[in-house]
Amino acid sequence: MALETIQIQDKLTETFGENVSHYSQEKDIFSFEVAADQITAIILFLKNDPELRFHFLTDLCGVHYPDNEVNRQFAVVYHLHNWYENKRIRIKAFIDGENPQIRTISNIFLSSNWMERETFDFYGIDFIGHPQLKRILNMDEMISFPMRKEFPMEDSGRTDKDDRFFGRTTDNY
Amino acid sequence: MSDSNINMVAPPEGVVGEGFFATKLNDVVGLARANSLWPLPFATSCCGIEFMATMASHYDLARFGSERVSFSPRQADMLMVMGTISKKMAPILRQVYEQMSEPRWVIAVGACACSGGIFDTYSVLQGIDKVIPVDVYVPGCPPRPEQIVDGVMKLQELVRNESVRRRSSPEYQELLASYNIK
Repeated sequence: MALETIQIQDKLTETFGENVSHYSQEKDIFSFEVAADQITAIILFLKNDPELRFHFLTDLCGVHYPDNEVNRQFAVVYHLHNWYENKRIRIKAFIDGENPQIRTISNIFLSSNWMERETFDFYGIDFIGHPQLKRILNMDEMISFPMRKEFPMEDSGRTDKDDRFFGRTTDNY
Repeated sequence: MSDSNINMVAPPEGVVGEGFFATKLNDVVGLARANSLWPLPFATSCCGIEFMATMASHYDLARFGSERVSFSPRQADMLMVMGTISKKMAPILRQVYEQMSEPRWVIAVGACACSGGIFDTYSVLQGIDKVIPVDVYVPGCPPRPEQIVDGVMKLQELVRNESVRRRSSPEYQELLASYNIK
């Protein structure tokens, strides 16, 4: 019998109660929010439960929501995949905008090691307990986190762009 | 030689007489340098593919004395930077340039190497002239092999007319100093 979304929801509510919320079917992927301080327990449960068996971490990434209230300005998104039933889920954990921190899951899924480094690299999210949390793609000397919304789109070192050709002047003379 | 179609470079201006030919050292050195430029391809993306065509038989950069592609910076005369250079790559490019021996020339091939191209973003170096001095810029995205050949010919023109004393001139030292290159 295929793994139904209602089954996943029931098991999670039964085990974690209020810590898992906002269940929704977004297009073809079942999504929900979790309390950030429960993330390791929930991921571990989803991985090890004999019925759920979400044993594969497809993706881990960050999202910046600067317009949210301050304790929900960053989200870490986890995509899990159950290969036996070919069932995918998406988990969102919202964290604080001032001091974005969440526990690492690199001891549960080894593949998350580099994904968490990438998320740190671009969003500055601190993964507590990560064995080697340093930049992975950008140059080490970089001090900003370029995927945050306040980061300027264009490089300040650019010299050859003429504002007239980009519609940034009131007239073209 | 009479029945072959090999083109020889014309001799420089000088005085010809019975059994002797007198000319300026500058001209002879320039002639020799310009027609034996060993390229060092620093190819990171699509412009590198165009360069491969430029080196291959159809466009045949070997016609210009650039037969021998040098993958060691120590033996190269002409650094050809082809493609997007990320900021993380910039120190490596600089190191390659520093390892080349004088005289050395640089061609920036394509929009990315010249100015950053469409990649006006945090991770991309906005033109290689931010880290090393450039002699010839070849525009295009990517430039056709003809344009790259044209760039090489423009550089040959520069090399031919360069004074043998230029590399020790204060202006040149100043140029290197402005890039913080010793």
